[in-house]
Amino acid sequence: MATNSAIGQLSRISMMALGPRRSSMRQPWILGMAAAAWLGVALLTALWPDQPGTDWDYTGDLATAFTALGGVLVLATFADFWFACLPRIRRVAPWMLALALLLGAWETVTAKLALLPMPFFPPPQALLEVVVDDRVRLAEGILASLRLLAGGYFLGAALGFAVGVAMGWSRAVGYWIHPILRLVGPLPATAWLPLAFFVFPSSYSASTFLIALATGFPVTVLTWSGVAGVNKAYYDIARTLGANQSFLILKVTIPAAMPHVFVGLFMGLGNSFAVLVIAEMLGVKAGLGWYLQWAQGWAAYANMYAALLIMALIFSSLITLLFRVRDRLLAWQKGLVRW
Amino acid sequence: MVACTAAVELGLRTDIPSGPGAALMIHEVSHRFELEGRPLPVLERISLRLEPGEFVAILGPSGCGKSTLLRLVAGLDFPAMGRLSMNGQAIDGPDASRIIVFQDPTLYPWRTVWSNVALALEARGLLRSHHKRVNDVLHLVGLAGFATAYPRQLSGGMSQRAALARALVNDPKLLILDEPLGQLDSLTRIAMQQELVSLPQRARFTPLLVTHDVEAAAFLASRIVVLSERPARITTEVANARPYPRHRGDPHLVELRREIMGHLGLAESW
Repeated sequence: MATNSAIGQLSRISMMALGPRRSSMRQPWILGMAAAAWLGVALLTALWPDQPGTDWDYTGDLATAFTALGGVLVLATFADFWFACLPRIRRVAPWMLALALLLGAWETVTAKLALLPMPFFPPPQALLEVVVDDRVRLAEGILASLRLLAGGYFLGAALGFAVGVAMGWSRAVGYWIHPILRLVGPLPATAWLPLAFFVFPSSYSASTFLIALATGFPVTVLTWSGVAGVNKAYYDIARTLGANQSFLILKVTIPAAMPHVFVGLFMGLGNSFAVLVIAEMLGVKAGLGWYLQWAQGWAAYANMYAALLIMALIFSSLITLLFRVRDRLLAWQKGLVRW
Repeated sequence: MVACTAAVELGLRTDIPSGPGAALMIHEVSHRFELEGRPLPVLERISLRLEPGEFVAILGPSGCGKSTLLRLVAGLDFPAMGRLSMNGQAIDGPDASRIIVFQDPTLYPWRTVWSNVALALEARGLLRSHHKRVNDVLHLVGLAGFATAYPRQLSGGMSQRAALARALVNDPKLLILDEPLGQLDSLTRIAMQQELVSLPQRARFTPLLVTHDVEAAAFLASRIVVLSERPARITTEVANARPYPRHRGDPHLVELRREIMGHLGLAESW
């Protein structure tokens, strides 16, 4: 029951993300306002001198970036006005406007008025500076994180899926695995951290193990419950039609259990992010988690904000990617077209 | 479904080895379940013989054990006592020559109509050589235009026809129909019944209908076997020699229905 409502929630979330927003579709002037707001923030950044005593090297570049974005929005506004061909851009227009106002406020209270204490609250141009000047180290961090995450996640997902199917299919496997799963599963993967770093030959393999563990538990449980919940009549049908065991598993059990499996993959992905960051902070000497820790050691708060922002964008993109894969594979679930 | 043209019928016939359906023997079959540790008898010494091509309807009250009997015939379960055989061969497991169409169409929701119908060919490794047959049976049941639809896009009657097509793609010798029309609205049910009268001759299988719908049994079957309450015994057999095509208002059929109702202990409702 709990998993069913989780599936429902997942589909609702994706519906919210994908569904058209009619109210903003009818307000083309918001796009124009967003364009004006970005150009306004660009002017504010460029013409209002920074607080004396600070030296932000990238104030001019930030203004240029804002101008470029404002220019794109101006073009989009005209394109939308004449051709009415940009519903996607029009849909994000209210957000573009809000972001411009937010960045303007941020720029004002930091670089321009210095109302917030430094170095804890750097202005936007400081983040731009980090992204540009420290791009090599950031890119290395991103690659290291993605590599570690991918290894652990795919290992955990594959093992969890296989164990879940085996548990749902075979009474004997279920008998032996279930108690282990019940005992070990609820233990947070991070609790293994000291032991893992001690037992495994490298911190990298230890972290891969931990991420796999964090991913594997929800994938196993949900795959198992998905397999156990497959309509028994599906098997009767296939058996009378001449199906053998492997056909039943591959063509009946697994496709029927996929909606549950994807809930497990989704939960496992969230868990894997948490373990990745902690493992990088505490043991692995690479990756965005390590970068965060390193930046904190140097009190380089702008670097920390930049790394956090990049991390958020990457994790969010990965979740989006998982949803896209699910929507594609489980298109049959949605039934958007009806006769 | 009436849209199935003569050309399609001919096309199908060339695929099917000629000869009528199979003969089925049910000999002294008894079965019981375990319910909370106590045996619960379900079937009691059922003996029945189906001649090839004969249309037999098994009629009985709800929960009397009809579906259990069908599962035994399909080879999904094995009887506690007695023997079942088809064409002289003992039934020792499911076989593609004996197909059940269940009350619930139970299409696989993740497959299109075409893939659902192709299921049996795929399971037996015949899809590559026989994929044209899928289109033929889809034509036969009038679903040719819905090959790429998903089950949830179909109405109840269309789902049931897809389930029928999934069974027919096998060239079954024995088609077991477990209340296949029970969930349909009355108009669709009448249209489907019309279809069930002509289909066995066209597709050459022996139909075995299980139902609690007296009217359907009288309209469709050439012999009606009446079962008792659980544990099910055969209380009586009624022959129905009216020639096909039949008409629902036929006074003989109305009289037959009254007779069957009497056997079921429901005479006073007429």
